[in-house]
Amino acid sequence: MRAVRYGYVTGPLIGGLWGVVMAVVIAVVVSFATGAGLRPVLLPAFAFGAWLGLVWLPDGGRGMRARLALGGALAVVVLAVFWLFGLPLAGAAETGLGVMLVAWLLCAAAVLWPLLSMLRPLPFGVATRHEFEDAVIRFLTGFGYIFFTALVAIPFYVMVMTSLKSQQALLLNPLDFSLDLERGWGLFRSYFELFGQFNFGDYLLTSFFVSVMTVFITLLFSVPGAYAVARLRFRGRAAMGRSILLIYMVPMIVLALPIYIAFSMLELRNSLVGILMIYPVTTIPVALYMLQGYFRGLPAEVEEAGLMDGLSRLAVIWKITLPLSLPALASVSLYVFMIAWNEFLLAFMLLDDPSKFTLTRGVAMLNSSEIPRQHLMAGSVIATVPIMVIFLGLEKFMTKGLTAGSVKG
Amino acid sequence: MTDIAPTGRGALEKREARLAWGLLAPTLISVALVVLLPLAAIFWISFKPVELADLRVPEAEAYERLRGDIEAPGDSAEISYRLSNSSREVAVTGVTLRDTLPVGLEVQNIDPRCTLEGRELFCDLGDFEPGHREQMRMDVVAAEDFTGPLPSLRDTPAEMVGSASSDLWNATFTLENFRTLFDGGQFWNVLGVTLFYTVFGTIGALVVGLFAALLLNKSFRGQGLLRGLYLFPYVAPVIAVAFTWVILLDPFSGSINALLVQMGVVNSPINFFGERPLALIMVTVFEIWRYFPLSFLFILARMQSIDTDMYEAADMDGASPFQQFWYLSMPQLLGILSVLFLLRFIWTFNKFDDIFLLTGGNAGTRTLTVNVYEQAFAVSNIGAGAAVAVVIFGCLILFALFFFRFVSREEGL
Repeated sequence: MRAVRYGYVTGPLIGGLWGVVMAVVIAVVVSFATGAGLRPVLLPAFAFGAWLGLVWLPDGGRGMRARLALGGALAVVVLAVFWLFGLPLAGAAETGLGVMLVAWLLCAAAVLWPLLSMLRPLPFGVATRHEFEDAVIRFLTGFGYIFFTALVAIPFYVMVMTSLKSQQALLLNPLDFSLDLERGWGLFRSYFELFGQFNFGDYLLTSFFVSVMTVFITLLFSVPGAYAVARLRFRGRAAMGRSILLIYMVPMIVLALPIYIAFSMLELRNSLVGILMIYPVTTIPVALYMLQGYFRGLPAEVEEAGLMDGLSRLAVIWKITLPLSLPALASVSLYVFMIAWNEFLLAFMLLDDPSKFTLTRGVAMLNSSEIPRQHLMAGSVIATVPIMVIFLGLEKFMTKGLTAGSVKG
Repeated sequence: MTDIAPTGRGALEKREARLAWGLLAPTLISVALVVLLPLAAIFWISFKPVELADLRVPEAEAYERLRGDIEAPGDSAEISYRLSNSSREVAVTGVTLRDTLPVGLEVQNIDPRCTLEGRELFCDLGDFEPGHREQMRMDVVAAEDFTGPLPSLRDTPAEMVGSASSDLWNATFTLENFRTLFDGGQFWNVLGVTLFYTVFGTIGALVVGLFAALLLNKSFRGQGLLRGLYLFPYVAPVIAVAFTWVILLDPFSGSINALLVQMGVVNSPINFFGERPLALIMVTVFEIWRYFPLSFLFILARMQSIDTDMYEAADMDGASPFQQFWYLSMPQLLGILSVLFLLRFIWTFNKFDDIFLLTGGNAGTRTLTVNVYEQAFAVSNIGAGAAVAVVIFGCLILFALFFFRFVSREEGL
């Protein structure tokens, strides 16, 4: 381990790896943005990064002149690698020089800029374990941000962009996500068609109605139950707490089969009443579990004072407990809303009549070989945007709800 | 829990207990109806040889018609009932027909099985064999006081009553569903796929979540924004993200394949969700992608509650960053990691939507839950599907027992 803990070994190593990472990233970014064919060339990318990693090491006692000589000598090696293997980024035959220039500049900047901060703790000579690990962690952190952001952002970016393109353009070049702004409103054609011909406006309303009703019914049932489990003393209270958790582990697919049979016989399939009989029950245990935890944390003295003043238990819940637990109610409501909004399995099994579809069921309908895929992606965007807006707008409550109940799903 | 159920039997305690059960009653009743009843039903069905087509209960049907014109008193016509059994397999027994005849008609001859009291016709038709069909005719004549017009016969539809033994309700029980389930290597294959998916999906989501949490466990500008972004995969509807992945990885026009070919990583496009070992790996990767935000959120919350003094002291003593993570952070995180592992394990085991949307259970990705759907709806053998569901439920009970033994000592869940 000690052997690599020299700045002039670790620095170029980190620099080289970073050079490769950046070449790949820039190639992907430029490809997705312009549709131009770009390819990272790994060896030159590594050589370029390694050279920068050496040149930009903080001064570790060596004279300026020696470093300049070393850096200059190595620059010759790097140029030789470039001459033999090409530049870190190679373009396809039809890729224009302008795009290539921008890509090269971007790549050089993206390698250099973060390297400065990554190598700051590293001396030119022997590094202590602390300095060495610090530099490695800075490299891993930089890599981590890029990795995770790409991992999460690419699918969503592709979802939105695909919905704005035409089927031919997609088949012609699947890498091209640039927008043809000349089409103007024509960009949103698949959205207009979904709302105009596929009833997506109705599905949106149905989904809103179902989700809001689910939240309402869930709260109506779970607030009294949670209060009982949290505050009142009765035989079987501990067992009740556990059964709630146990029930919320029963997989939906196991229940869906008998529910499908029963609904077929009772003619409740294809009815929102049927859906509203089931959705809240899948969320009540979660909500009850979350709320009872919160109620338990509230000071009992306030409620006892209320009881002393002659309020009944129900009045205490209504006038004291509920106002005190508004933040928790908001979290639970948002979480339940999210579950109901995203629910797919039951809607898929129980709804066949296109006039009663929820949004997720409507999107499932678009998954057919006769419907172009930009419609499917536009449907996905329509299903995703409302829940994202709610999530980003009320992030504080939403994350609370997630941490409290999100083992489910 | 600090206080336990009251031991006293005073009026006050009794009232409190009554109130508690009253408050819990709506929840208990709804859960009993939608969870416990279906659970009982699934056990019942799993011992029955039922197919999807058997769900339609066989019944006796009547189609009534008037032949001939009746316009003035003395006109004659014929009322005919076309009677049939809707099922070709099951007999309908004890069939009766009840109908109200229109005013102004006099019945001339009546089927011996029927009686007429005033306008009320009642027929005891006995048993209908499978696929039974017959015509029952009555001649009618318009009465002297008939003024017309004659009301349609359909205004008073004939009521048919009969009972058929559905396979769902009778007392034949068979182990056939379980025998076919465990017969042949397919079941063990499905179980293997389920375990691979569950174990690697759970561990992967935890490890990736841990890395993401380490990344964001410092305060900088835009930290909240990144945290929000990293939660996207979990918050978005599964149907939207699953279809996006399918399109992204499509072998013919998917961007990822185009990218890989373009960069020279592969020579020809890869069919990510269609090849045997790869599809299972991709489905597991999707599971990790979709659920790492959860472990990330929990782990980050735990990390931020760790006392920073400890790290400062360790810094003074010369502990390196990796040592600090391994010897100081990890022991503190073990509790939440183990709880997350158990809960996510159970939930991943139960997962259905994701795989169903990505591959439909093809290319070696059929887990137990997908198998329930496959048996019940694709093969339309409801009994077999129920048998798989029973196996899943059995596994679940095992997990739950383990969970409660282990976790109640851990984070006090």
